[in-house]
Amino acid sequence: MISTLGQLLIHAALIASAAGIVVSGVAAVRDSAQAHALARRLAYAAAAALTLATGAMEWALITHDFSVSYVAEVGSLATPPIISVVSLWSSLDGSILFWALVLALYQAAFAWRTRDAQPRIASWALVMLQITLVFFTGLVVSVATPFAPLSPAPLDGPGPNALLQNHLLMAIHPPTLYLGYVGMAVPFAMAMAALLTGRLDAHWMRSMRAWSLWVWSFLTLGILLGGWWSYEVLGWGGYWAWDPVENASLLPWLTLTAAMHSLVVTSRRRRFRSWTLSLIIVSFLLTLLGTFMTRSGVFNSVHSFTQSPIGPLFLSFIAIVLVGSLAVVALRLDKVEVGDPPSYQPVSREVMFLLNNLLLSTFAFTVLYGSVYPLVNQAIFGSQISVGGPYFERFAAPLSIGLLALLGVGPSLSWGRTGPGTAARQLAAPVALGLVAGVGTALAGVSGWGVPLAAGLAAFIVTVSLREMAAPVMAALRKEGGTTAAQVARAWLRSRRRQGAHIAHIGTAIAALAITASSSHKVEGEITIEPQQTVSWEGYDFTFTGDEQVRQSYRINHRANLIVRRAAAELGAMEPSMNYYATMSQPLGTPAVMNRVSEDLYLSVVRLVPEGSVTVRAYRQPLVVWLWIGGMLMVLGAALGAWPKRDARP
Amino acid sequence: MSPEQKRRGALLLSLMVGAAALGFLMFGSLGDNLVYYWSPTELIDAGTKAQGASIRLGGMVVPGSVVWDEGGKSLTFQVTDNENTVTVHNRGVPPEMFREGIGTVVEGTIDRAGVFQATRLLVSHNNEYRAPDQEDGHMDDPFKSVEGL
Repeated sequence: MISTLGQLLIHAALIASAAGIVVSGVAAVRDSAQAHALARRLAYAAAAALTLATGAMEWALITHDFSVSYVAEVGSLATPPIISVVSLWSSLDGSILFWALVLALYQAAFAWRTRDAQPRIASWALVMLQITLVFFTGLVVSVATPFAPLSPAPLDGPGPNALLQNHLLMAIHPPTLYLGYVGMAVPFAMAMAALLTGRLDAHWMRSMRAWSLWVWSFLTLGILLGGWWSYEVLGWGGYWAWDPVENASLLPWLTLTAAMHSLVVTSRRRRFRSWTLSLIIVSFLLTLLGTFMTRSGVFNSVHSFTQSPIGPLFLSFIAIVLVGSLAVVALRLDKVEVGDPPSYQPVSREVMFLLNNLLLSTFAFTVLYGSVYPLVNQAIFGSQISVGGPYFERFAAPLSIGLLALLGVGPSLSWGRTGPGTAARQLAAPVALGLVAGVGTALAGVSGWGVPLAAGLAAFIVTVSLREMAAPVMAALRKEGGTTAAQVARAWLRSRRRQGAHIAHIGTAIAALAITASSSHKVEGEITIEPQQTVSWEGYDFTFTGDEQVRQSYRINHRANLIVRRAAAELGAMEPSMNYYATMSQPLGTPAVMNRVSEDLYLSVVRLVPEGSVTVRAYRQPLVVWLWIGGMLMVLGAALGAWPKRDARP
Repeated sequence: MSPEQKRRGALLLSLMVGAAALGFLMFGSLGDNLVYYWSPTELIDAGTKAQGASIRLGGMVVPGSVVWDEGGKSLTFQVTDNENTVTVHNRGVPPEMFREGIGTVVEGTIDRAGVFQATRLLVSHNNEYRAPDQEDGHMDDPFKSVEGL
């Protein structure tokens, strides 16, 4: 029943989007009002059909309707409702359906926002979105078929992968990342439409920036939550492992970050047109590559599902988009009018943006090479290898230092040209504060050069950003008077995007410092404690008060109860545990994390003998909390800039 | 050549030199940081090349081969792919599920004496039972189930 309904709905969505390609194409070429309106309606129809289809799938998951093949694959009677809901994205077929849904919703939102805008360029963008949607709904109809009927229906299913049941973040991380990944299609479609029509006016660029900022916010949040999930669930004491699927999310993030900055220069100074458009197109290609890497099973990872024929189809689609967009760029780039650009000198904000693009592109290229190399190697030599973290870090460290320096220098220089005197005046105080922070950190006894350098750069960036945020307020106070609070509020309303950018920069500085400190000063050990005994490790005293088994509907949670003290002061209880799932032959650990302002304490069970001793792997890592805080500031800053102004349609 | 052309030429040249240097660096660092996913047979086939390399060795713990060192802080056992067998020495307490006959993946490198010195021991998590591929003696399964853990 639900199978048939679902099949009908996804076929309807496929027909709507296929018709959408034709109608939007005709609308774009003929520029007829009727065709434009019909193209938009088809976008809404596809979104409606896919929303209903996803609703049907959720209904089947919640009611445990095992006659639907996807439910039989990931559902189980013992699974709690919330986990049933999120198991939509816990396996291949459901996640492709979800991809299609998100794309259809983005497309409908785009059609709605551009309903009064220049219809030709909007219809060209719709063509691009519809082509992508046809590919994804095509997958749901043909090879990734969540609605396939099963007869006879099994009485129960295995439930979703236990790793994915282990933390609430599984309900948030995947959809957030999808919103980032899939959303990349919108700036891509807009860039292609600009190339095809030869128009890239201020209005279109402003809209592109807003969409890119949204996508970037979701992508950043998704990556951040992924790191947090890895940290809270996997029990290896880290948040980033340079795993190919993590890299797959970092790649479009790097190029999109570059694209957003390049777009600032294109819209304000009419420069870097080819950089901007190419970076946006590359970002979309990288999200497709990332989806391929995570969804086709070519890599062994918690993200990859079983082998399926989806891989070759994805590669073909990537090839089509690559060749198609390259051709469009090659043939049309010269036709794109942006107006006469003002000139610029070597010491100017433009050049800092150029360096930002260069460094971010280089970063992306080194990560891409290291991530794809194992695939190529396996295809040619048949041997399985992976590229270790040190390769990536060798490039990530110097490139990040360069990027952080630009974060402070760039905003201090003016457009066009900056005289040496002005540059020195602008930079003197922030550089001095940075030096004080860096040298101070080193004198305070922090070993190595990494943390003092990161602290110095962070102080430099924060000073510059705060000054830039305060500058419009000070100027207005001098000119117009009024209360400080009123002028602050007015500055926020007037230049919300710029204020948001500086908040994101401050967040970046904090996150960079946290990453440097937590990775370079991580201490790891193994502790075995007998019941009621106390063991000291790295200045902490752990008292093991006993183990406890808690029976839950879908698992047995076996935990070790530990009391942690430091210098006689009790810090609290920690309960690392092992979980036994009925559907899995082996247990899964859940680490215990104690977040402190200065450092995190992290315990994960290696061995827990009932009524016997416990062995835990212990980690202490400084400043981890600040990574989440800095990351959230980045997301918040970008979201502030993305929030649409009332008059700024499309 | 006009000054403008000269400037462009110099810029292009410096970009090319930069790209070449980057390529050289990337190629070199990649070679130094590869992690090999090997079965005991592949490890033995690699010969002395394997000494000092980063290796993830996957296979089955040979029943009856586990010997605990004094104090129970480290252990020695053998890993097999049904064709060849490698002796593994692991420092530290193994995970709770570690036992004889189970699929395992150990990280580390092989020393001159031919003993694999493991720095990390993982037990493979298999959600579903799958018979190992007997035909070519490869056991890819252990890797499949431990990544990300």
